[in-house]
Amino acid sequence: MRKISRREFIKYAGLGVAALSLLGSVGRGGPVFSQGTVGALPKLRRAKETRSICAYCGCGCGLIVYSEDNRVVYVEGDPDHPINEGSMCPKGIALSDANTIVNWQHRRQLNPRRITKVLYRAPGSTCWEEKDWDWALKEIAKRIKATRDATFEEKDEKGVTVNRTQAIAHLGSASLDNEENYLIHKFLRSLGVINIDHHARL
Amino acid sequence: MTNHFIDYKNSDVVMVIGANPAENHPQAMKWILRGKAERGTKLIVVDPRFTKTAAHADIYAPIRPGTDIAFLLGIINYALEHNLYFHDYVVNYTNASFLVDPNFKFEDGLFSGATTKDGQFVYDPTTWQYQKDKDGKIKRDPTLQDPNCVFQVLKRFVSRYDIKTVCRVTGTPEDVYRQVCELYCSTGRPDKAGNIVYAMGITQHTYGSQNVRAVAILQLLLGNIGIAGGGINAQRGESNVQGSTDMAMLYHLLPGYLSCPDATRHPTLKDYLEKETPKTSFWSNTPKFLISQLKAWFGAKATPENEFCYQWLPKLDGKEHSHMAIFQSMAEGKIKGFFAWGQNPAVGGPAAEPTRKAMEKLDWLVVVDLFETETAAFWRRPGADPRKIKTEVFFLPAAFSYEKEGTVSNSGRWIQYRWKAVDPPGDAKSDLWIVDRLFKAVREEYRKGGRFPEPILNMVWDYDAPGSEEPDINKVALEINGYEVDTGKPLPGFAKLTNTGSTACGCWIYAGYWYPDPDLGVVAAKRRDRTDKTGLGLYPKWSFAWPANRRIVYNRCSCDPSGRPWDPARALVYWDGSKWVTFDVPDFGAKDLATGAEIPPEKSAQNPFIMVPEGVGRLFGAQYGPRAAALKDGPLPEHYEPIESPVRNLMSKQQNNPLAKIYQGEGAARGKPEKYPYILTTHRLVEHYQSGAVTRNSPWLTELMPEMFVGISPRLAAKLGIKPGDRVVVLTARGKVYGRASVLPTLQPLKVDGKEVEVVALPWHWGYQGMAPGDSANVVTALFGDPNTFIPEYKALLCDVRKA
Ligand code: SF4
Repeated sequence: MRKISRREFIKYAGLGVAALSLLGSVGRGGPVFSQGTVGALPKLRRAKETRSICAYCGCGCGLIVYSEDNRVVYVEGDPDHPINEGSMCPKGIALSDANTIVNWQHRRQLNPRRITKVLYRAPGSTCWEEKDWDWALKEIAKRIKATRDATFEEKDEKGVTVNRTQAIAHLGSASLDNEENYLIHKFLRSLGVINIDHHARL
Repeated sequence: MTNHFIDYKNSDVVMVIGANPAENHPQAMKWILRGKAERGTKLIVVDPRFTKTAAHADIYAPIRPGTDIAFLLGIINYALEHNLYFHDYVVNYTNASFLVDPNFKFEDGLFSGATTKDGQFVYDPTTWQYQKDKDGKIKRDPTLQDPNCVFQVLKRFVSRYDIKTVCRVTGTPEDVYRQVCELYCSTGRPDKAGNIVYAMGITQHTYGSQNVRAVAILQLLLGNIGIAGGGINAQRGESNVQGSTDMAMLYHLLPGYLSCPDATRHPTLKDYLEKETPKTSFWSNTPKFLISQLKAWFGAKATPENEFCYQWLPKLDGKEHSHMAIFQSMAEGKIKGFFAWGQNPAVGGPAAEPTRKAMEKLDWLVVVDLFETETAAFWRRPGADPRKIKTEVFFLPAAFSYEKEGTVSNSGRWIQYRWKAVDPPGDAKSDLWIVDRLFKAVREEYRKGGRFPEPILNMVWDYDAPGSEEPDINKVALEINGYEVDTGKPLPGFAKLTNTGSTACGCWIYAGYWYPDPDLGVVAAKRRDRTDKTGLGLYPKWSFAWPANRRIVYNRCSCDPSGRPWDPARALVYWDGSKWVTFDVPDFGAKDLATGAEIPPEKSAQNPFIMVPEGVGRLFGAQYGPRAAALKDGPLPEHYEPIESPVRNLMSKQQNNPLAKIYQGEGAARGKPEKYPYILTTHRLVEHYQSGAVTRNSPWLTELMPEMFVGISPRLAAKLGIKPGDRVVVLTARGKVYGRASVLPTLQPLKVDGKEVEVVALPWHWGYQGMAPGDSANVVTALFGDPNTFIPEYKALLCDVRKA
């Protein structure tokens, strides 16, 4: 019998009946990206493989995201990753749900609960309105400026330079990347914000 | 974490206290089980609930929520009484031999220095200091006999925590507790490694910092820090909570754990550097870290003549601005604008209802998220009238982790890269794109004028990538990593930082993460090399572990003062007679930076803990200069009762931590045991993540775990006539939540000082949004916090339960 590599073994073992039936609904077409390692799984042959890290707990498990036509079709543990060695917990294995789900017609589609438009609720309104980014960024920038300028403290009561506003607060986030948090931190401090906190304290 | 997940397989004994890895960190649990299978690791689980982790335990020790200090001090007392501590380690690598001020006292539950300031209880820590000789050197007694030496002070202090007393407090059966003491103290030998794993069960108390101190003291006494298979391993709950902490998404910090300037202490850069820079320890480099950060932020504008633009940073006002304080200010109408950016405080924060109500006081709220979270929808939550809520709400749709690229840092400090798989759907954008555009939009407004526009107009913000919509992640990462100002070349590590303005570095501890690996041809964070020479699982070329790619911190402690490894089978570094042999990056001066000459072991044996000014581990948390202040509530951990407790404190007449932070308003209402007789604790489930913002929008996960439930013991259920699956209501002084009764023998009443005490357990993942809505456990939690960290006391409250 041909010797199966550990990595191949995990690939076979990792895909139970549920996963295979799920893959049965994967859409057609798209460029061929497969690196050849998923040869045994015809439905994933067309999929692009991308290495990522789980978005949930702090273990930092490695995963392979399979995508087709710019949509995630399947996620599995990265067998090369030294921490999880190919396995994942239920949360990790369900990561694809944040992008696509399988609907009642057994078709894979974008998770319909994802918000894909900028939304705005006016004061006292009972509903959201869809907006575009340019409008929202400009309007938010105006609010920031108005609040900041109305509450800015150059000096405290002792005459010490403080250059801050206490009227703006920020929470988040342990779910963002380092580079994102770093830029948000810079952004907030440039405004003079001192009310900053996030999950680390909860 | 001092160590990392794979290292759990190297432990002889793992004690899990205040964590449940089988549920909340399943891959961490795998490494504990690997150790059990391969080297016979023994597992102790200390938990009020018989958890999935406990199901694998060699010893399961039930404990009353909120009594970890008594539990841990009892083990410390056992180790000292039976001479089971690691003598050579304790003498050389801790402050055991240091002499403490003879006026230091502990009486009736209070340390010396108790006083009041502005009507508040505070400690004056003057007596919590070391004795010094006339040259200013700390006095020591290496024989550990002087009655004022730390060792003797500690010994006296913990002597009250004998097994009987501890078990009366904690409710742990005495025979089980004795076994825990014996087994865990067996790791106090050179060839044994004991590992303490904790999470929120330790930190979420009004004395959470002191809980952590108790863990640290025990680990130091047994010589378990700085060695493979040992350490203090705080398992962190989110994929990048380590990184977001490193990047200082916290009011009191700047990236890299630099203090945020405070007007009461740091009016000028000179004041800052004087107050924040200790003479010894690695923090003596603080000027290099801060000035390089100012260069990264303000570029050519930052010069020595203008304090490197130090005055452009906002300064704190000497007060606290943590989560609970922010919502209190918001409720008082002082906060007008609020960003909930990838966080859902309407479910995740304590006292959820007052939190939601506070947001009604805002002028504007910006939510950046994937789904319509409870925070985004607070204005149309059940019971609210949107027409009366004047807050403007902007919802900005964000990208999920695999719809963008960047790095995340796991609990073991590994900074790992995530490649992008797909574009975000519709108009959703990466958070990097959102903050980049938002900053530019604000800058545009300030080009037309406004108050103090200098920091906004001059902040270095140059991340455009030609031909791409997305900011260039390489440019951001390079700035974080640090570069030479003249050449723009990346820095290989923080050793190259200067205080002259010749280097720029956004976050000094990340220096090196974006430096190309010479062999692999990729930046360090992108490395995927599985080489593991030692078999210890260090994987030095897999990603990058801050600081300096060190996998196990304080690793000088893995060998004796002469550089011989305590345990050759677990050697991380050792002195071979003429040079250091290093399997991990040394956490000490191994080579002279200028000449490259080897530094013999005697030198580093003096200060194996390079981050504290004493250079040694702190059994006694003394008041000792910049960046080494004592905790506000004492130099040693003492047991107090949770703010809400069914019993009186057996250890002293001081019922609660006298410094516990109690906030204002209905969220801080305090329940009495007569009305709320059961202990309430909160926990998580493997199927959900945090406030459920993502996982309650996942069909798979909501199907697996669809509904809020209330865990009660079979005994309590029988007493109250509750059957499994019945709808029940949990009441506290703050409010009530409904859920289905989960009646399992995993919860059992505890015998506390002869009295039976029941524990009720609530998972906290639900809210009024998502595919599977349910009541939020945080509706009944409280605004009580730790005085040092302001972390809420989620884990030990009081409640009543009734059939609904
Ligand atoms: S797969 Fe599970 S154990 Fe691994 S990081 Fe994700 S949530 Fe944690």
